[in-house]
Amino acid sequence: MKAVAHTPTRLARGLILGSIGLLFAIPIVAMVEFTLRRGLAGGHDLSRWTALFQGGFAGPYRSVLVALGNSVGLAVGTVSIVLLLLVPTLLLVHLRFPRLRRVMEFVCILPISIPAIVLVVGLAPVYSVLARLLGSGVWTLAFAYGITVLPFAYRAIQTNLDGVDVCTLSEAARTLGAGWVSVLVRVLIPNLRRGILAGAFISVAVVLGEFTIASLLNRITLQTALVVVSKADPYTAVILSLLALTFAFLLLLVIGRLGTVRAGSRRRPTTGGQL
Amino acid sequence: MPFAAYVVLFLLVPTLIAVGSGFVDESGVFTLDTVAALGNPVVRDAFAASFGLSALTAVVGAIVGALACYGLLGARENGPLRAVVDSLSGVLAQFGGVMLAFAFVATIGIQGLVTVILRDTFGVDIFADGVWLYELPGLVLPYIYFQVPLMIITFLPALQALNPHWAEANATLGGNRATYWFRIAFPVLAPSFLGSLLLLFANAFSSYATAAALTSQGSQIVPLQIRSALTSETLLGRENLAGALALGMILVMFVVMSGYSALQARAARWQR
Repeated sequence: MKAVAHTPTRLARGLILGSIGLLFAIPIVAMVEFTLRRGLAGGHDLSRWTALFQGGFAGPYRSVLVALGNSVGLAVGTVSIVLLLLVPTLLLVHLRFPRLRRVMEFVCILPISIPAIVLVVGLAPVYSVLARLLGSGVWTLAFAYGITVLPFAYRAIQTNLDGVDVCTLSEAARTLGAGWVSVLVRVLIPNLRRGILAGAFISVAVVLGEFTIASLLNRITLQTALVVVSKADPYTAVILSLLALTFAFLLLLVIGRLGTVRAGSRRRPTTGGQL
Repeated sequence: MPFAAYVVLFLLVPTLIAVGSGFVDESGVFTLDTVAALGNPVVRDAFAASFGLSALTAVVGAIVGALACYGLLGARENGPLRAVVDSLSGVLAQFGGVMLAFAFVATIGIQGLVTVILRDTFGVDIFADGVWLYELPGLVLPYIYFQVPLMIITFLPALQALNPHWAEANATLGGNRATYWFRIAFPVLAPSFLGSLLLLFANAFSSYATAAALTSQGSQIVPLQIRSALTSETLLGRENLAGALALGMILVMFVVMSGYSALQARAARWQR
């Protein structure tokens, strides 16, 4: 079979992907090599990895563990904002106020064009008020992160929403005598679970990687703790970074799988950039 | 609706404060002085450096990323290669931040793998003229490292939307590969490519984490200037400078993102 003209030949494909892949592997390989170094004596072994895990994150690593706890808590908080605020609003707009859809899309995509570093300038005064009302706990950051993840979560959920005939489903359920609550819980959410799950996962990945807002509002999260640790013990910081990157990679892989299972039903052309 | 209240409180209000605080002085009186500070040579240099860095890494990232997309065209859309590349691009483009800075310290830091190999095996000392990793030039490689994946994410859908029938039509009319690429594919893809280029520019312009983790002193680019304006306690009234800088960034982002959406609308004409 003759290939279509615009697909590359096998050789070209191998060369392009091979060389780019190789170049991109270098920093990751360097990270791994770095963590295996044995100090001034030279040579390589696993001692730093085993020390980190057998030490049970004691002593100097405690702060990292606390920070990781904070980040996980923030991830949970952010996901609940997405689930309790974004999902119902999207459904409501979709079902009852279709004319607001363009507004909704604009609002949800907007955070992409406002850099986090700009947002933080305005968040600082908001947070000084908030600190008086709610205390200055780390968890309050979840409100800011809810905004940061908005574009990502919106895309994931809206794509799913467009692929399911929500109107017919909810009208059918209403006709059969279901109340709004059972329509939501027993009909809509099960149908949208892929989108919601993907949105939740991507929110987790964003929150675990966030640095700008946390560092400038002086909250301790995984990323800010990594920077602190890297000053004293770069090896541990690199090990933890590798783990965090791997974790985020796996999360996205799962999201991808969620997407491909659905892909058979209907594919939306992704023109707006998949940010 | 609670959602509206939430968005107003944590998106609209901060943005307005950020922009508005550029226009008032310490006592809250309207002034244009802080905005005039944008003309300050230090600030001007930072904007110029940010522009240069963003433009350079966006162009390199776009070209290398487009090549990678071309290479990926043959891969099956639901195949394992695409799944891995998609996830990897997502991680590197969006969640790397601080960790990418570590990666590059391990690679081309003073004791980095590549530095050491080049020095010991080839006798090339990349830091012969001083260590540049922690200054502006050092940001170029890490930035390209997250720009290429972003290009793959944004440009691949456009490349995949190329209609195979066009290639067949081209062949029927007696065209060859070159005519196909130069007369059909490039013109159709141009808006998407330029749009992605702008997005890459915006991405580099607004990113902070990698630079913050890599450079602990000095503020060569605008986001770092905002950091020092926000955290400096020695100079009173510097928060307003942060506001003015934020205003400048928003203006740049507004222009770039408007261009992006205009180009996307143009590109959408062929993607039906």
